Amino acid sequence: MSTEETPSATTGTARVKRGMAEMLKGGVIMDVVTPEQAKIAEDAGAVAVMALERVPADIRAQGGVARMSDPDLIDGIIETVSIPVMAKARIGHFAEAQVLQSLGVDYIDESEVLTPADYENHIDKWAFTVPFVCGATNLGEALRRITEGAAMIRSKGEAGTGDVSNATGHMRKIRKEIRRLQTLAEDELYVAAKELQAPYELVKEVAQAGKLPVVLFTAGGIATPADAAMMMQLGAEGVFVGSGIFKSGDPAKRAEAIVKATTFYDDPDVVAKVSRGLGEPMVGINVDEIPEPHRLETRGW
Amino acid sequence: MTAAPTIGVFALQGDVREHLHALQRLGVDAIAVRRPEELERCHGVVLPGGESTTMIKLARTFELLEPLRTRVAEGMPAFGTCAGMILVADRIRDGAPGQETVGGLDITVRRNAFGRQVDSFEAELEFDGLDRDVHAVFIRAPWVEEVGPEVEVLARVPASAPEEDAAGRIVAVRRGPLMATSFHPEVAHDDDRIHGLFVDLVTKS
Repeated sequence: MSTEETPSATTGTARVKRGMAEMLKGGVIMDVVTPEQAKIAEDAGAVAVMALERVPADIRAQGGVARMSDPDLIDGIIETVSIPVMAKARIGHFAEAQVLQSLGVDYIDESEVLTPADYENHIDKWAFTVPFVCGATNLGEALRRITEGAAMIRSKGEAGTGDVSNATGHMRKIRKEIRRLQTLAEDELYVAAKELQAPYELVKEVAQAGKLPVVLFTAGGIATPADAAMMMQLGAEGVFVGSGIFKSGDPAKRAEAIVKATTFYDDPDVVAKVSRGLGEPMVGINVDEIPEPHRLETRGW
Repeated sequence: MTAAPTIGVFALQGDVREHLHALQRLGVDAIAVRRPEELERCHGVVLPGGESTTMIKLARTFELLEPLRTRVAEGMPAFGTCAGMILVADRIRDGAPGQETVGGLDITVRRNAFGRQVDSFEAELEFDGLDRDVHAVFIRAPWVEEVGPEVEVLARVPASAPEEDAAGRIVAVRRGPLMATSFHPEVAHDDDRIHGLFVDLVTKS
């Protein structure tokens, strides 16, 4: 050590939280509801698993209030796999997040898939050592979540549908709004910040870098290798697959195929090869057929 | 070697872009490697941070594993960070069942040795061959438990580490053209010195 004032090692810094998401890039994060499914996901090449009690398709079908998973379930999954384990807390439910941190999960998803616990405030994510990922439908929403301390963003899509159209829309919108910022004069960024309802400093940073200051994944409706390849070509840095794997006919094979298609997203020959013989995809619901009040993308603001 | 060397970054998964940028800042022809023909063009290869189980599985599936093993055995320089350190190690502890490595470096690495993500940390540490301390970012990092007789230890965890049993652990090593760090020099901004050491290894080989 060069001086005695050298700061001691620190945990929970922004760099360590955002860095964790950097390590997941180019990978697939899979929803799992049992340790057995978690093992299938790990064997298929998932970079992480999301531990939850019900996949979004079942939450949608069964209704009721959707909450954080049982700690025993999360423990069981943590004990079974060696890859990172994520878990979901309700929007604004900081006590659920405290519990998840105490369980040792590697990332918390403050998720619209669960029933929100606070219709005004999201969790103050700076207060935690564990990093958070949050959903967004547009750039302003992404930047508000980053302001609150999110270390990773995912486009929301419409979870539990197997319909990729909303994920496409959200990813295109975020990217388009970033490109627009890059075309603005510096003195126009103040108004842009007002319109985006996001802090000026962050807006300026995005305008200069041409990207978010954190990793951007996609989620909500991805069900096939081609879905994953399209989202990666649209600028996603990785993919969350929820119901798409374990609601399909041959989960192990489909999981592996989506992992391969995410790595070779720009090589149609590989995507074609891995798309063969996957069995039945999840049945799915068209987003258009879901009445507005039952859409998850509108949760969070 | 006279012209700038071509250094590949293993690009099946992980923080590939950060390594490419670090190498480009050093004037290297840096390319992403996902296919055997891309590996053939390289004078050296970087194995990035990411999920080691995912990378090794994809390397086998897409027929990169054997060509990479062959090139490393023939003396091609390789540099692994975090997951990449696991890949170049001859032996792993706490790997997934049956987890393979590329191998080549005579070390035993413990995967996720520092703990889970809440235990991830950053710290200043001394690095052999560099005059100033390095700012090291450890993310679900491995450490080196045993080194073979010819392996040089380049860095250890400082006494300020959050976990007591982490202090003094080996986190950077080199043997001949093979180098590995438990931490991520590619995410420490404005400091490409460790990548510079690797580029020197490639240029000299």
